[in-house]
Amino acid sequence: MGSIGSSFFDIGHLDVLSSKQTPVHRVDPRVKVFTTLLFIIVVVSFDKYDPARLMPFVVYPVAIMAIGRIPFAYILKKLLIASPFVLFVAVFNPLLDRNPVMELGAFHISGGFISFTSIMVKYVLTVSAGLALIACTGFDAICSALAGMGVPAVFTIQLLFVYRYIFVLGEEAARMARARALRSFGDKGMGIGVYGSMLGQLLFRTMDRAQRIHLAMMCRGFDGEIRYIATPRMRWSDWMFLAGWGGLFALLRLYDFPAWLGRGLGRLI
Amino acid sequence: MSHHIVEVKDLAYQYPDGTPALNGVSFRITHGESVALVGANGAGKSTLLLHLNGFLTPQTGSVRIGDMPLTKKTLKHVRQTVGMVFQDPDDQLFLPRVFDDVAFGPTNLGLPPDEVKQRVISALELVGGAHLQDRPPYRLSAGEKRAVSIATVLAMSPSILVMDEPTSNLDPKARRQLIHLLSKFEHTKIIATHDMDMVLDLCTRAIVLRKGVVAADGTVRDILNDRDLLDKSGLEKPLCLQGCPICGAMAAG
Repeated sequence: MGSIGSSFFDIGHLDVLSSKQTPVHRVDPRVKVFTTLLFIIVVVSFDKYDPARLMPFVVYPVAIMAIGRIPFAYILKKLLIASPFVLFVAVFNPLLDRNPVMELGAFHISGGFISFTSIMVKYVLTVSAGLALIACTGFDAICSALAGMGVPAVFTIQLLFVYRYIFVLGEEAARMARARALRSFGDKGMGIGVYGSMLGQLLFRTMDRAQRIHLAMMCRGFDGEIRYIATPRMRWSDWMFLAGWGGLFALLRLYDFPAWLGRGLGRLI
Repeated sequence: MSHHIVEVKDLAYQYPDGTPALNGVSFRITHGESVALVGANGAGKSTLLLHLNGFLTPQTGSVRIGDMPLTKKTLKHVRQTVGMVFQDPDDQLFLPRVFDDVAFGPTNLGLPPDEVKQRVISALELVGGAHLQDRPPYRLSAGEKRAVSIATVLAMSPSILVMDEPTSNLDPKARRQLIHLLSKFEHTKIIATHDMDMVLDLCTRAIVLRKGVVAADGTVRDILNDRDLLDKSGLEKPLCLQGCPICGAMAAG
């Protein structure tokens, strides 16, 4: 449980990264959100038997991280934490889809294996782009950008609050787990039954807190809408960012560069 | 001037499960007074505070803030007049950035962005937290959180400050700084607390609650010297008025 506590604080490191001053950090949040969404849609739109064509897309997250001076190792660690979930989703593909589609010498590569690779590549690309977006923009700026782009307040406020209180909740859970661990000697008291009542306890505490937060908000004139300080106007560099990446994504979607590269290399050899 | 007045008359409140919390509380606090609200746990302090801001509406009796009775219609005005500082700053600071949090109230009042900015900066400067404006609240120390909580309220320029246990969870130095800060405010102050030493430093008047009624209402000096009253109300003399454990001498009074 201690590790869960510390990984919560590690999420907080995103905030530290987002306060850096680099060209990527200065791009209008709305542009970054839109470009990243575009990126995700384009990446996801590829056929599941076509992982090779996804490869060039790695340029986007890598460029954002490099220019935004976001440590690769940090994003990589975050990717690893979520990877078991995706692995679970993808792992059945090689088992269910055994239809051989490719031969490499004596090896038959099944369609399932290729779609498995495709899912993993899509996961790495989209999630790293999302993390890079948060790391070079800041979560609050993303929420206000989403609100500025017309996303209903219900969603943006939820996002904002989840992000604000995940630390408080994490700390509370960690404190409870610590209290339990200190009074349960060996295996006693570590059973699933205790977990149940702890979760219930946590739910009640959270509901109480939610009520207090709501009071605090009402106190300061909350009427269902969070008003953000006016967002700055788009500069031409913002438009350039959008047009540049948008154009690149379109090219990579329409033309099969890896195949050309492969053929070119083949001819050379 | 009259909008700084808080008047509570025969206020009674029973929680939905039948627990009586207040049983006819009456007092009148006038402009510029600094009043301590003291009493044992469960004496009704928090319930009373919730009435001052209209979270709870009086079941019987009435609450008047300034010239207005507290009703649904006057709620907005009352909430701007009465600034409430909660016990747990994590409940009060709900946005991911200190600046946005302090700006929340003024923006909801519909002030123009320049005015909001100015108010945020001056409120933060007043509590000595101008350097914190870009920090996320969960990364602040308890003392900083408390200071920022107070700034979020000050930014709405209330005339009355209501505080619930402002010195809880603070280290001695941060507590001292907070007391110093509060002593400079000219607002009408209502402070619910168990910190009797702070009461002595900050307040001129004390209201003692016991089992939902006002057990005593008078100057801090009189009340803190009434050993019998304090004992019955689950309270103690401030440490600085108790005997010195080292030299054994009793302080005067």
